[in-house]
Amino acid sequence: MAKKRHEALGLSDEQVLDMFRTMLLARKIDERMWLLNRAGKIPFVISCQGQEAAQVGAAYALDREKDYVAPYYRDMGVVLAFGMTAKDLMLSGFAKKEDPNSGGRQMPGHFGQKKNRILTGSSPVTTQVPHAVGVALAAKMEKKDFVTFVTLGEGSSNQGDFHEGLNFAGVHKLPVITMVENNKYAISVPIKKQLACEKVSDRAIGYGMPGYTVDGNDPLAVYEVVKEARERAVKGEGPTLIETVSYRLTPHSSDDDDRTYREREEVEEAKKKDSIITFAQYLKDNGVLTEEKEKELHKEIDKLVNEATDYAENAPYADPEDALKHVYAE
Amino acid sequence: MPVMSYIQAVTQALREEMKRDEKVFILGEDVGKRGGVFRATDGLYDEFGEDRVIDTPLAESAIAGVGIGAAMYGMRPVAEIQFADFIMPAVNQIISEAARIRYRSNNDWNCPITIRAPYGGGVHGALYHSQSVEAVFANQPGLKIVMPSTPYDVKGLLKAAIRDEDPVLFFEHKRAYRLLKGEVPEDDYVLPIGKADVKREGSDITVITYGLGVHFALQAAEKLEEEGISAHILDLRTVYPLDKEAIIEAAQKTGKVLLVTEDNKEGSIMSEVSAIISEHCLFDLDAPIKRLAGPDVPAMPYAPTMEKYFMINPEKVEKAMRDLAEF
Repeated sequence: MAKKRHEALGLSDEQVLDMFRTMLLARKIDERMWLLNRAGKIPFVISCQGQEAAQVGAAYALDREKDYVAPYYRDMGVVLAFGMTAKDLMLSGFAKKEDPNSGGRQMPGHFGQKKNRILTGSSPVTTQVPHAVGVALAAKMEKKDFVTFVTLGEGSSNQGDFHEGLNFAGVHKLPVITMVENNKYAISVPIKKQLACEKVSDRAIGYGMPGYTVDGNDPLAVYEVVKEARERAVKGEGPTLIETVSYRLTPHSSDDDDRTYREREEVEEAKKKDSIITFAQYLKDNGVLTEEKEKELHKEIDKLVNEATDYAENAPYADPEDALKHVYAE
Repeated sequence: MPVMSYIQAVTQALREEMKRDEKVFILGEDVGKRGGVFRATDGLYDEFGEDRVIDTPLAESAIAGVGIGAAMYGMRPVAEIQFADFIMPAVNQIISEAARIRYRSNNDWNCPITIRAPYGGGVHGALYHSQSVEAVFANQPGLKIVMPSTPYDVKGLLKAAIRDEDPVLFFEHKRAYRLLKGEVPEDDYVLPIGKADVKREGSDITVITYGLGVHFALQAAEKLEEEGISAHILDLRTVYPLDKEAIIEAAQKTGKVLLVTEDNKEGSIMSEVSAIISEHCLFDLDAPIKRLAGPDVPAMPYAPTMEKYFMINPEKVEKAMRDLAEF
């Protein structure tokens, strides 16, 4: 009998189950945030839905004890895999003092947590690319064997910082992996109005690095390509550009209405490929997951999300005067 | 004590800091093998190697952004922007990122980067090699902006900037590079960022300025001394955040205040200095606050007639000082 796909990649049953668990946790936190937003309890949400497979598949291919990540605003799957908790994310959703990302200063989705080597991010897109390159430059200068991993959307791959950052990384052969999560829309603008080339990964040649396009709904495919990129990076063979293709299952944010620019049929069609369903099916087909285990998993995660929600909702806000703190070192 | 030029003091500060701390490194265009187009990094490439004096691609946002990333990791990058005029592609990185990293992460991350850039006119540099850009950054809490006026201050303040835990923009007057010479101690000293410095004690009028303006004001003060006019000169040194106490004290000292900048007048650093004096010194003033600055045109023209018209010089400063003394 042929080896199962995950076994061929060196992943145990426990590991792939853990990947699925993290994907499901990201999805359920995200869904809860939408409910809280529609109930008027939190002002804003921006989603990971549809991109969990790419995010978690990639994160599990990294060294989560020492690599640095510069995530973009949809990367709940990445930050959960790197040690952020449901409680941390809910505290951010409710903008509470204890939020480790920003102490309630930034909107949700603006991740950052030094202890887990998650660089702090902002709203202007793509600024994180040169930052990740800078951390990779430090790794090279300090002769450390970690890599940096940076993500962005396909729309952001049109920004100058994408070009400037990747070119710098290519020239200096730095250990940085850039992953473009192509979800086919930059808010309302479809890919054909964003890119003159067919694939984002076509751009890699201009930066002297390999470029790959993989199915972003398949966590194992993403795992494989990121793993390979990481091995090249730590061997001093330089950066890699990876494009994961998936679909944004929600509007851009809680303030967007995607019915104004895309057909419902298109969204419904994409939902058939939703990795939360397809990866669960893979795990069942391969005897890793059973109906019963899946139910348990849902129950366990629902409980976690409920507890995180309650905790965050009841947690205190920062004092008004805290707005004055931390402009400069004290 | 060795005498050195303003630019030699820059190089010396960089060399001493790179020797002291191996996390300090330089990145920018032409900073390596060439030693900088002005030669500010002359000799450092040979001394410290290409890995610590990095010739980057011609891309300012990457110079700032890669430096910011390295700083977040814990390095001490000194980024050079070849001319302050070319800092504009990096403004998003400097303002949206460097200035806000500590604040937005609730003190979890910080960004100890120094960004050096030559600024200023009077060198036949036309619109894009002459500008003062400090006002662009001077309402961005989280940033510090240092603009030294003497070789002594250059060394002490650049070393302080590199050791600072927050991002510092360090603007060097390019005409001062070889024009100004002065004694610079060989020992390891730092000067406080955020503190203005009295460059001349006086009792009749107060001149508040920075950069090359300090040199012009000192020259003018010597002449006016012969006419019996005693000028008090305050060098801001750090133009953001401002040293309010020193500004108030200097204004109160004589009650007649002239503010000098070579930047365009409206919305300049001196607009804020003027506001501080207005808020705090109304009953101490014996004359309206005066400003001597460049005209409100986009930038300095190339032709010598127009350049001279735009630029402040010792004669213009002297006249403004005399007029104020006679008010």
